[in-house]
Amino acid sequence: MNIHEYQAKQIFAKYGVPTPKGKIAHTVEEAVENAKELGGPIWVVKAQIHAGGRGLGGGVKLAKSLDEVRELADEILGMTLVTHQTGPEGKLVQKVYIEDGADIQDELYLSVVLDRAAEMPIIMASTEGGMDIETVAEKTPEKIIKVQVDPSIGFQGFHGRELVFGLGITDKVQQKNMINFAKKLYTLYMENDAEMIEINPLIRTGEGEFIALDGKMGFDDSALGRHPDIEAMRDLSEEDPDEREASQYGLSYIALDGEIGCMVNGAGLAMGTMDTINYMGGTPANFLDVGGSANAETVAKGFEIILKNPNVKAIFVNIFGGIVRCDRIANGILEATKLVDVHVPVVVRLDGTNAPEAAEILKNANISNVIAATDLADGAAKAVKAAKGEL
Amino acid sequence: MSILVNKDTKVIVQGFTGKEGSFHAEQCLAYGTNIVGGVTPNKGGQEHLGRPVFNTVKEAVEKTGATVSMIFVPPAFVADAVMEAADAGIELAVIITEGAPVRDMMFAKQYATKHDMKTIGPNCPGIITAEECKIGIMPGMIFKKGNVGLISKSGTLTYEGANQVVKEGYGITTAVGIGGDPIIGLSYKQLLPLFEADPETEAIVMIGEIGGDLEIQAAKFIKENITKPVVAFIAGQTAPKGKRMGHAGAIISGSAGTAKEKMEALEAAGVHVVVSPAEIGKKVAEVLGKK
Repeated sequence: MNIHEYQAKQIFAKYGVPTPKGKIAHTVEEAVENAKELGGPIWVVKAQIHAGGRGLGGGVKLAKSLDEVRELADEILGMTLVTHQTGPEGKLVQKVYIEDGADIQDELYLSVVLDRAAEMPIIMASTEGGMDIETVAEKTPEKIIKVQVDPSIGFQGFHGRELVFGLGITDKVQQKNMINFAKKLYTLYMENDAEMIEINPLIRTGEGEFIALDGKMGFDDSALGRHPDIEAMRDLSEEDPDEREASQYGLSYIALDGEIGCMVNGAGLAMGTMDTINYMGGTPANFLDVGGSANAETVAKGFEIILKNPNVKAIFVNIFGGIVRCDRIANGILEATKLVDVHVPVVVRLDGTNAPEAAEILKNANISNVIAATDLADGAAKAVKAAKGEL
Repeated sequence: MSILVNKDTKVIVQGFTGKEGSFHAEQCLAYGTNIVGGVTPNKGGQEHLGRPVFNTVKEAVEKTGATVSMIFVPPAFVADAVMEAADAGIELAVIITEGAPVRDMMFAKQYATKHDMKTIGPNCPGIITAEECKIGIMPGMIFKKGNVGLISKSGTLTYEGANQVVKEGYGITTAVGIGGDPIIGLSYKQLLPLFEADPETEAIVMIGEIGGDLEIQAAKFIKENITKPVVAFIAGQTAPKGKRMGHAGAIISGSAGTAKEKMEALEAAGVHVVVSPAEIGKKVAEVLGKK
C-alpha cells in the first residue's frame, strides 16, 4: 500500500525527521487559510497523487503571495495530472499540500528499501538529488552509495559514517545531522513495516540542515494488520476500482490492454497463460488469479469483472485442478454462465484431478459459446482464434 | 533417490489441529508421508488424525525424532513457529502459510540459518518426492516417479510442469515449490546442486517469474556447476512494470527483474529456455531423448 507525500511527512515528523511545515487542503479556501497560518513569504502548492513526476506534470508550483496561492490551488485542485507514472489517462487531483518554501542549497537523494538478495534493508544515498534515481544508477552508478543494515544489529555508527563520507559531507555538524536523519529513517522503516521510503530531493539548506522536501512511502500489505494507523491512511480513490472490487472477492485482478480475458488459478500460471496467449499471437486483456477455490461464485465474479472491459473479445478459463476437483469446477463454470450474461466465446481448459469427467460435463451442457480445450497450448490457441472470430 | 525428503523422513505439523493443517496433514498421510505428530499449544496429550499432539516443537522432536516440520500457522505467527522449529533442532521447515510479513521473515530466516535449519517457502506448495513423501498442499497423484527434478516459484505452474513431464512419459524425482515472496528459504542456487548430486535425477526443470534476481543468480551457478540439462520457463513476459502480479515478490521495480533479462541470462548459461509454459514437457522430452 502506498500513501501520499503529506502522509509520509506526518510519519517523518513523528520520528523527528525534519520536514518543511505544511498543511493539507481539499478546497481553495482551505489552501489560502493554510498558507496564512504557515505565514510565508513563499509557499509551495503541491498536488497530492500517488504517482511520481508531479513537478514536471505541472502539479507542484511556487507561490509568492496569498493571491498566488489561491490562483494555483484553484488551478491544481480538480486538474487531471499526467506524469510518466500515471499513464496517459492521468490522475484527478483532489488534495493539495500547502508547504513553506525552503532555502535550497543543494539536493540529495536518500531511500530505504529491501535488498532482496541480501535479505535486509539497504539505505541508498546520492548527491544527485532531484533526478530519477534509475537514470543516475544507469549513467553514474558510482554516485549511488549503498549501505546494508543487518536488522539483528540495527543502524550503527559505521553505517552512518559510510553514508556521510560517501556523500562527501565534511562539516562535523552536517555529518551528525545526516547520520541522525538516516538513523531515524531506518527506524521508521523497520517499525512501520515499510516496503520502501524514498526522499527525492532531500535538501541541504544554507544553514547546513537536511530536510525531507519530498517523501514517498510504501508498506508491506501483509503487515498492515498490525498498523491500523497506517491502514487508515489508505486512499481508495488512488486505487483502480476494478482491482479493488476483485480483491474484495479474493480475486487478484490487473487490467491490461489486450483482447483476451484470462481467468486462471494461481499467480504463476496466470502470468504463464498471458505469456502463452502472447506467444500464440493474441493479446491478454488482464491478469486474474481466482486463487485456490475456483467455485461458481468466484468464477461468476471473475466473468463480471473481465466483461467490464469493452475490449474483451474472448475469455480463456485456464484452471489446473489440484485438490479442488475439475468436475466441481466445471459445474461452477456452467453455473456462473447462468449468473452472468457472457456474450463472448469462453474457452475452458480444465486439467488435473478428474479432468476427463469435467470435459464430459462441459460437452453435455452443450452451451454454444463454451468451447472445451484439452491442454494449455490447445486452450490458448483456441482463445486466440475465438478472439479473431475464427472459431 | 531424491532430494531432502523420502519415505523415511519423520515429519511433524505445526498448526496441526487447525482447519488447513488438519485437511492437508490428512492428505499427506494418505499419500504416505511419515507424519509422526503435530504441535498445537494447549492441545498437548491429545491425539489428532491418529497421531500425538504436543504443546511445543521441542517436546515433539524429543518424543518422535522428527527432522522436518510442515508449518500451517496463521501469518502473524509464522516467524515464531519457524524460530521455534530452529530452536528445537528441526533440520527443514516447510512453510506453507501465505501472507507472512517480510520483516518477520527477515528475522526468522536469519535465526534459522544460525541454527543450520533449512527453510522452504513461505507461501509455497511445499516439497514432494514422488510416490514417497508429500509435505505440502500439491495434488499428489500428478507426481509420478521418474527422473526429472523440479524447482518452481509458483504452485500451479509446478503442477502444470509436472503434469506435462508425466504426460510425455517421464516422471519426477522431487519437486520443490520455493514460493514467490520477497524473502524465501531454499532457492534455485541451493537446490540445483542437490539435484546435480542425486543419481536418479537426469534433468531439471526450473520455473521462475518476474521480480528479484534469484533466477540470475541461478544462471551464473548453472554455468559453473551444473552438468545436467536444465529446462526453464520464466513467467511474466507480458506483465506490466510496477504492478504486483499476485505473488508479493512478483513485481518489476524500475527496469530490474524482467522476464527478458532472466531468460537471456539463463540462455547464456546453456539452459533450455521455453517461451510458453505449454512447451515445458516437450522440451524435457527433447532434452532427455537426445541422450
